[in-house]
Amino acid sequence: MIKINGEQKDLQGVTLEDYLERSGYDRKRVAVERNGEIVSKAKYSETILKDGDVVEIVSFVGGG
Amino acid sequence: MKETGRKDIESSSDTLIIGGREFHSRFILGSGKYSLNLIEAAVKYAGAEIVTLAVRRANTREEENILDFIPEGVTLLPNTSGARNAEEAVRIARLARELGCGDFVKIEIMRDTKYLLPDNQETIRATEILAREGFVVLPYMYPDLNAARDLVSAGAAAIMPLGAPIGSNKGLATRDFIQILIDEIELPVIVDAGIGRPSQACEAMEMGAAAIMANTALATAGDIPKMAAAFRQAIEAGRNAYLAGLGRVLTRGASASDPLTGFLRD
Amino acid sequence: MENQFFVDSEYLSPEALEKKHRLETDPSSRINHMEYLPDMEQIDSEICSKVMEQMHSYDYSRYTAKDVRTALQHETCSVEDFKALLSPAAEPFLEQMAQRARLETSRHFGNTVYLFTPLYIANYCDNYCVYCGFNCYNHIKRMKLDMEQIEHEMKVIADSGMEEILILTGESRAKSDVKYIGEACRLARRYFRLVGLEIYPVNTEEYRYLHECGADYVTVFQETYDTERYEQLHLMGHKRIWPYRFDAQERALRGGMRGVAFSALLGLSDFRKDALASALHVYYLQRKYPQAEMSLSCPRLRPIINNEKINPLDVHETQLCQILCAYRIFLPYVGITVSSRESAAFRNGIVKIAATKISAGVSTGIGDHESKYTGKEKEGAEGDEQFEISDGRSLQKMYEDIAGEGLQPVLNDYLYV
Repeated sequence: MIKINGEQKDLQGVTLEDYLERSGYDRKRVAVERNGEIVSKAKYSETILKDGDVVEIVSFVGGG
Repeated sequence: MKETGRKDIESSSDTLIIGGREFHSRFILGSGKYSLNLIEAAVKYAGAEIVTLAVRRANTREEENILDFIPEGVTLLPNTSGARNAEEAVRIARLARELGCGDFVKIEIMRDTKYLLPDNQETIRATEILAREGFVVLPYMYPDLNAARDLVSAGAAAIMPLGAPIGSNKGLATRDFIQILIDEIELPVIVDAGIGRPSQACEAMEMGAAAIMANTALATAGDIPKMAAAFRQAIEAGRNAYLAGLGRVLTRGASASDPLTGFLRD
Repeated sequence: MENQFFVDSEYLSPEALEKKHRLETDPSSRINHMEYLPDMEQIDSEICSKVMEQMHSYDYSRYTAKDVRTALQHETCSVEDFKALLSPAAEPFLEQMAQRARLETSRHFGNTVYLFTPLYIANYCDNYCVYCGFNCYNHIKRMKLDMEQIEHEMKVIADSGMEEILILTGESRAKSDVKYIGEACRLARRYFRLVGLEIYPVNTEEYRYLHECGADYVTVFQETYDTERYEQLHLMGHKRIWPYRFDAQERALRGGMRGVAFSALLGLSDFRKDALASALHVYYLQRKYPQAEMSLSCPRLRPIINNEKINPLDVHETQLCQILCAYRIFLPYVGITVSSRESAAFRNGIVKIAATKISAGVSTGIGDHESKYTGKEKEGAEGDEQFEISDGRSLQKMYEDIAGEGLQPVLNDYLYV
């Protein structure tokens, strides 16, 4: 299982790019961290999600 | 100084420099706690050139993104809110930079959810790490001279002491300590948090603060763009008063009956 | 009117005289005063460029009475305010400046005045600084005290009640090496609570050694911050190297000294610029080393043996008072020392306004404390003085006079740890 933004998902073998597209994220507006490391946008297509991965997908919101 | 032409009153030569970038506005606008639709007007009426943002987990199929509401040319200042220690702040800062909006970051580290006071020690640690990674670091801090000096050594680009607890709108509760930072620290001192009224922003600027950061004061106002304009005017007024040199009359000390300098021979 | 500094002595050999004249008249015979000598440590510091930039751009004729009034109204005195207070436009405001200075002094120091005395242990010198009585071409009685003689002097001084001492030497590494000075510090710690040093500038590790020997405070006078004028006055010797001297306080602090003292010798160059640079030297170093204690002195040129005519030119008592008031308003937390070069009347007046430390029971000669303190004829030799003092009051007299002015004389307030 893979933990994405706190939710457990069965996504082994899927590339990050596919997941982002499938879920409807605007890749220009998000940043991704996998297991504590930033995944640069150029690496989305070659990043294959593995069992046990912890992924955070973030974007900007209003804040002070 | 001799009188110069009065063009200087409206001159744009008074700039705020942070991280090598020049700003004409001294009002840093927060974008939290109010509608995205009002951000553009708020930025416009505030005359703001820097807007703060937060980083959060992204929702899928998000209809609106805050970046679409912020006018072109505005410098984005992501904060690290939510971080409870230096490591978390560093992670958030790196993610913010990956979002592709520059190197500026406001470090905000709190491990107290009741008062939301910043943790100076952790903030110093995070500043050191992020400055080394090339970030332009603006740490939000409790106004303590020793911590401020450590932040300077750690590579901060400005310091952001709090005027009062965040969101409290209580104004310059830490006035005397902020004055010490203004007098002693050579970086821009940006008063952040607690400023609830334009008059408080003006007072901080009269004291020599480099800029004011406000969010809740606007977000909770009746008319947000109008309050943004009021803050802009107050900040400009305070800045001009500071540059003009306040003509306050000293109240302390009466004059001695005997002259002190009567002993001089030549 | 300029001072005529060059004085020939019949005791100099023809070769020495020729060299002296060449140094005085031919600038190309003198070494580059801005270049460190091989044994001189060079530290990486931005303080000097900050001070010099401000000094060079300081045009005191630009300031008006309005600027001075504004400066006096500000709660915190900015660098710009300080420049106004040092300008000629501030002279008519001297009484108001004195009132403000007194407030600042009492806020930071209460009504205390610290007392200390200098102890010259040697007057050999390798430098040719044309205004100084110790200069190597001046024909004076030279002397270096040995440890036994130093201890004797210290006993005499300590018996008078003094608790703080400032050890001085002429600037000769050969005759008075660091080890010799260190030994004197060790002795001094047995008799005094606080030991200061006013010796030739040394490297950081040497300052560390002297600190371990018991010295705690280092005084180095820059003489003038005008490097071109400095070049014309310090013709030979280590002291000729201006930047090494400038960094001395910073090296001392890095070497662990608790405090450092600064000054220009007023009357050598443009005193307003020198006063500005002295204060900014303190100001910037204090910001960099906030734990350090700092103090400023304000010596004016005095007559020396074989040259009675040396005087401080345009720095009259009024100007000196203006400088000290401006120092106090700009740097309220800094100690200000006024030496026995100034008259008793001036010192009595200035301790009520700005000064926090004065010397008493002073001799600038070598090995003559017993004869000066007791009137007893000395059997052994004595060395000549560096300059003529003006205020010769003993510790006891000084103590009484200060108390009589309603102030509290203090012999030391420092717990050595």
